[in-house]
Amino acid sequence: MSEKVLMKGNEAIAEAAIRAGCRHYFGYPITPQTELAAYMAKRMPKIGGCFLQAESEIAAINMVYGVASTGLRVMTSSSSPGVSLKQEGISYIAGADLPALIVNVQRGGPGLGGIQPSQSDYFQATKGGGHGDYHLIVLAPSSVQEMADLTAKCFELADKYRMPTMLLADGTMGQMMEPVLLPEESGVTVEKPWALTGTKMQREHNIVNSLYLKPEELEKTNFDRYEKYSIIEKNEVMYEEYMMEDAEVCVVAFGIAARVSKNAVVEARKQGIKAGLLRPITLWPFPSEAVKKAAEHCKAFVSVELSMGQMIEDIKLASECKCPVELCNRAGGMIPSPEQVLASIKNVAGGNE
Amino acid sequence: MTSKILIAGFGGQGILFAGKVLAYKGLVEGKQLSWLPSYGPEMRGGTANCNVIISDEPVGSPIVDDPNVLIVMNLPSLDKYEKAAEKGAKIFVDSTLISRKVEREDVDVYYIPATKMAQDAGIPTLANMIILGKVIKETGVVSFEGMEDALKKVVSARKANLIDVNLKAIKAGYDFE
Repeated sequence: MSEKVLMKGNEAIAEAAIRAGCRHYFGYPITPQTELAAYMAKRMPKIGGCFLQAESEIAAINMVYGVASTGLRVMTSSSSPGVSLKQEGISYIAGADLPALIVNVQRGGPGLGGIQPSQSDYFQATKGGGHGDYHLIVLAPSSVQEMADLTAKCFELADKYRMPTMLLADGTMGQMMEPVLLPEESGVTVEKPWALTGTKMQREHNIVNSLYLKPEELEKTNFDRYEKYSIIEKNEVMYEEYMMEDAEVCVVAFGIAARVSKNAVVEARKQGIKAGLLRPITLWPFPSEAVKKAAEHCKAFVSVELSMGQMIEDIKLASECKCPVELCNRAGGMIPSPEQVLASIKNVAGGNE
Repeated sequence: MTSKILIAGFGGQGILFAGKVLAYKGLVEGKQLSWLPSYGPEMRGGTANCNVIISDEPVGSPIVDDPNVLIVMNLPSLDKYEKAAEKGAKIFVDSTLISRKVEREDVDVYYIPATKMAQDAGIPTLANMIILGKVIKETGVVSFEGMEDALKKVVSARKANLIDVNLKAIKAGYDFE
């Protein structure tokens, strides 16, 4: 068994991707995810892989589209403005039903924004992002260990469901170092009869395409895809609960916000307030059932986000307005403090005399 | 015990490196830890800081807002973080570069002329390691024994010849009274 090493989150993603059998990386540099590309640039040539710094984000995502159509594990990474540029390609990859990994180490926006951590691409990541009806499976790591583990999971899910997946991190997760136990080597385990591997004159041509000019056909691809999505919603939801058994206030947070919130929940408990933390690990599919269940025994939710309040909409939908949802947030690259989260907890707990 | 460490100074003083040495030593000792750098349009001569948490329990937020160990290597850092330190915190001041005293009275302060000691010893770039030695002595956040193992992990193989001099600098700070 290997031992724990100290790595930046960005580097942990890169090493985990290589261990998951990814040998093709296409990207364009942007803070705060640059260490990921740098790691790939260093390692890929040594292991017979391909690192290519494209001329733009749009070129990079289309290179991903190309390699994905051959069935090989492939990825790109960027930060918020760069991921916006990739949206057209991501929509094509979703429309062509291809597995690929897109990493977004988020920074503040909109526009060029800043370079400090943010979670304000939640809508873009979970609701589709590009044009057309589609979803990505979106995983949100909240430790360097999860940066590695969920990278491997993203590749696995992408292959299993033949669709693009996104690892949605933020600048803090990318930049911080923590001890990490790197995942074992793995690779593609499912058959990919659809892949463009050359017919060798022994089979019919495979066609990878997202263009359907007959609306009846296009409608069917959409219906089929959403049937697949409903299976994913049933089988692939992941979340973590902390002190939720008897919680009266349910804090919902992911990524770095969950780390901050955990401190606040611990402090609230010390002060006699029954607070708990529900941490979505899959943002799509969203852990709606867990939220719904929490709504039955909690008197309020606090949504802690590094945005103007995006996940809060999913919490409201899932909890069916059974109890109030308060937003506790910072934006533009700022991070809520545990004290701010604690104040929100106290506010909704009503014990703020 | 949870040590919430904030190290701050000018870019180029080895602020992030000092944090890394602590983090790797924590790793070698099997502790829970996190290391978070300030990042961005930083440059030599600008400000740099680094948050390190070393604990026996899993680390929650990696962000240090209220350090119980504060290491400052320039005046702007002391001005900025003096108020943030927790009550009873240990504050380490490079007294070569910071002429004023810490104003708070509810903290323990250690003044070390680290930059001067480094210059006198002919290792002008290692003031960070000297002050770190003092920190290790006074806080016990990690132990001095086995420091070499941690340095071996931080210092790249290409610069392995610098391990000894780093170790010497840490020792000088550790022995400073």
